Amino acid sequence: MTGLAAAASTTSTGEAFQFWVLGTVAVIGALSTVLMKKAVHSALSLAGTMIVLAVFYLANGAYFLGVVQIVVYTGAIMMLFLFVVMLVGVTAADSLKETLKGQRWLAAGCGLGFGVLLIAGIGNASLNSFNGLGTANAAHGGNVEGLASLIFTKYVFAFEITGALLITATVGAMVLTHRERTERAKTQREMSQERVRGKHLPPLPAPGVYARHNAVDIAGLLPDGTASELTVMQTLRQRGQIRDVSNESLADLKALEQRSEERLGRDQDEEEVTK
Amino acid sequence: MNPVNYLYLSALLFTIGASGVLIRRNAIVVFMCVELMLNACNLAFVTFSRMHGNLDGQIIAFFTMVVAAAEVVVGLAIIVSLFRSRHSASVDDASLMKL
Amino acid sequence: MDNLIALLVAAPLLGAAVLLCGGRRLDRFGHWIGTLLAAASFVVGAVLFADMLGKGADQRALHQYLFSWIPVEGFQADVAFQLDQLSMTFVLLITGVGTLIHIYSIGYMEHDERRRRFFGYLNLFLAAMLLLVIADNYLLLYVGWEGVGLASYLLIGFWQHKPSAATAAKKAFLVNRVGDMGLSIAIMLMFTTFGTFAFGPVLASTGETSEGKLTAIGLMLLLAACGKSAQVPLQSWLGDAMEGPTPVSALIHAATMVTAGVYLIVRSGAIFNAAPDAQLVVVVVGGVTLLFGAIVGCAKDDIKKALAGSTMSQIGYMILAAGLGPIGYVFAIMHLVTHGFFKAGLFLGAGSVMHGMNDEVDMRKFGGLRRYMPVTFITFGLGYLAIIGFPGLSGFFSKDKIIEAAFAKGGTEGWILGAVTLLGAAITAFYMTRVMLLTFFGEKRWQPDAEGHDPHPHESPKSMTIPMIVLAFGSVFAGGFFSIGDRFLNWLEPVTGHSHGDSPVSATTVTAATMVVLVIGVAIAWAMYGRGPVPVVAPRGSLLTRAARRDLLQDDFNHVVLVRGGEHLTRSLVYVDHTLVDGVVNGTAATMGGLSGRLRKLQNGYARSYAVSMFGGTAVVIAATLLMRAV
Repeated sequence: MTGLAAAASTTSTGEAFQFWVLGTVAVIGALSTVLMKKAVHSALSLAGTMIVLAVFYLANGAYFLGVVQIVVYTGAIMMLFLFVVMLVGVTAADSLKETLKGQRWLAAGCGLGFGVLLIAGIGNASLNSFNGLGTANAAHGGNVEGLASLIFTKYVFAFEITGALLITATVGAMVLTHRERTERAKTQREMSQERVRGKHLPPLPAPGVYARHNAVDIAGLLPDGTASELTVMQTLRQRGQIRDVSNESLADLKALEQRSEERLGRDQDEEEVTK
Repeated sequence: MNPVNYLYLSALLFTIGASGVLIRRNAIVVFMCVELMLNACNLAFVTFSRMHGNLDGQIIAFFTMVVAAAEVVVGLAIIVSLFRSRHSASVDDASLMKL
Repeated sequence: MDNLIALLVAAPLLGAAVLLCGGRRLDRFGHWIGTLLAAASFVVGAVLFADMLGKGADQRALHQYLFSWIPVEGFQADVAFQLDQLSMTFVLLITGVGTLIHIYSIGYMEHDERRRRFFGYLNLFLAAMLLLVIADNYLLLYVGWEGVGLASYLLIGFWQHKPSAATAAKKAFLVNRVGDMGLSIAIMLMFTTFGTFAFGPVLASTGETSEGKLTAIGLMLLLAACGKSAQVPLQSWLGDAMEGPTPVSALIHAATMVTAGVYLIVRSGAIFNAAPDAQLVVVVVGGVTLLFGAIVGCAKDDIKKALAGSTMSQIGYMILAAGLGPIGYVFAIMHLVTHGFFKAGLFLGAGSVMHGMNDEVDMRKFGGLRRYMPVTFITFGLGYLAIIGFPGLSGFFSKDKIIEAAFAKGGTEGWILGAVTLLGAAITAFYMTRVMLLTFFGEKRWQPDAEGHDPHPHESPKSMTIPMIVLAFGSVFAGGFFSIGDRFLNWLEPVTGHSHGDSPVSATTVTAATMVVLVIGVAIAWAMYGRGPVPVVAPRGSLLTRAARRDLLQDDFNHVVLVRGGEHLTRSLVYVDHTLVDGVVNGTAATMGGLSGRLRKLQNGYARSYAVSMFGGTAVVIAATLLMRAV
């Protein structure tokens, strides 16, 4: 930004300060993306990291990309993420307990090795000086103009194909999330007609009504004491899984009497013994 | 400071993202980690663009963003339909690659 | 004349085909067809013989080329015939004696339902044997050789309803297979060595081949000869082969089969001449068998088995003579021809005796038959005199020559061989006299048969006696006819070659010695069986006698060494197979299975596991890249 075309070896102190502060924030954001239990928190951390990255783009002289990063990534893509997270369930917290044996150790080993190798590779390359973008940006009158001239000349085919890719992705997303109806939806008119022509005008009685037990598989009792099958789900009715509790209370009573008798008998015996 | 530090940061972010892909089971978080990796790459491209005084790196980063957008759209659609059928967004549940 | 040779084989082969395929409608006269075709073959042989006599010694060999059998580049097998003096001798013997046996069988097999089939087999036997002797190459000879094996199997087991006959046939076949293996190996060796197996080229080029190869070929040929000619160690089938009808025994022992081995060795003389080691083995085999057969013959009470032992012994003489090389070839063949006459006569006589005695074979239950069967007695007696070498009869001339030749071998070997042959002559005199005395002299020891019928010995029908009479003539005069003026020697010499050797003892001395051992043998037999009554049930006897009754333990030996050994070998092979081979195979499979089981765990279906692998792989690629740059 400062020197034109001259190769420099350091940047300004301000940029260095900004790098160290925001770089730390970016790494913390990335780590919490990985480590947060809730998907919402991960998404928010990632958004933070992306905003930091946008600042870094601006610092590197990529003004267009910096703005696009904020608008497209942080604004659109991350919001899409949040939207899906909402759809799936915001409160759902993942268990971070590993289920695959050794997966975490392997991942850590590989990650560590990979990172060390990558950093060693960068350290090995002698990148002591840099050119800066002053000349390149100035060639067409600015960063945006420079990019535009490249996109519409050198990379025009790639650009057009990218358009096709986006269209395809849109259509693909629609196809994937679209649900085909298996039967025609009933109109309101048809539904009301069905209701009136059926046997029951009012809603079907709930199970357990007028009964001492309100489980779904127990038929409700009519005022005269008989069980009404209408109160039980059609599925259970067809499977024959309706439970009848009319005799259970009698059996309970019998058992209670027997127990109390036993106890009383024993007490009597004890009394006799004491006497 | 030398801009090469941006590269180290990029490598670090990429590695964190990759490890996240390996560790997390929630498909949405896995996707976020993939995005993190893509962004780390973008940072490297932008830095290289500056170091070489050449705008091509920014163009590549731009395309990466577009492709990432397309990928997110399709990927999230897949996750939604997967969630619909399985009521779970765990990548381990879809272990159908084994007979 | 050349074109007539094929007729020799064709006639009996046609007979076999017609009789075996013709069905029951031929039952009434089938035996006449068989006999006529055998006789036709004999007539063709006689015509060829007459023609051959009219030519000079050098032009006598005839050739007939029929067709190319297996024409492959570098492997030419022809169906072609060669009829020289040696083959001619065999042709006349086979067809002549064969025809007589056919005639005899008409009477002998009269009451057998399957007579037509029997004659079919007889014709097949003749055809195979003729093919064997007139083939002009070893491969075609092999065809005849196998044909003889097949026909002998069918005939020995002709009364297959008897388990003993079926077993004997199988035994003969199996033992013969061992010999056949030798012949096939010999033929293969010949082909690799000479590139051909026609007699002419093979025998002419023995001089250019290493002695080792020739010895190998010779030993394999000897193995083949041992199988067919029942020589030690493949002798065990001959005794059991007596289960066949008596004409079959006569045919096997006199005219066909057992003579094949002698023919093979004499025909391959050039090979043996160039391989002295093989020749020595031949002599040893001959000498051992000579004594073996004679000892077995002494102990047997079954008349046919005693004669079988005698055959083994006489063939031993021939093999021994053939092993002597050019000194002995001619005499081996001469003894073969005279033996063909008197052994056929003896067997037919034995068959005649059995015919009259309700198929009894135990000599201890004969006795005093000379008055009831005069023709049989006289013909059998003449055969007996011939085989023991009574002066003037054919056996005397031929056997005497072999003994002389054995001495003429020279050196220590000559003395040993001479002693062996003399000893054999003495034992021959002993056991043949024993057979004669037990059967025709002494008091009657007849026993009723299983159904209680007393035997009524009677003379056999003409169809049986006439062949016996003809053969008796042969037994008496053939030897003298051959020997006077060295007729036979001159006849065969162009084919087999001849040398006199240098005998350490004069011919007269040998003859005198032979006479002495002959008298001793006869005298001992007379002392044991002629003076006093003979017990109907055989006494226990000495250890040697008991061993000899069991064929000198040949079957026990085979059982212990071959059967048990084979079983043990098989068992150990099975063990090795189960532990080692299966172990390696199963071990490999188990190892692979175990490895796969471990490896399978990598394929767990979790995308994240695969991702770790990919990530690790990327790290490795980066490491490799950096490493290559650093280097």
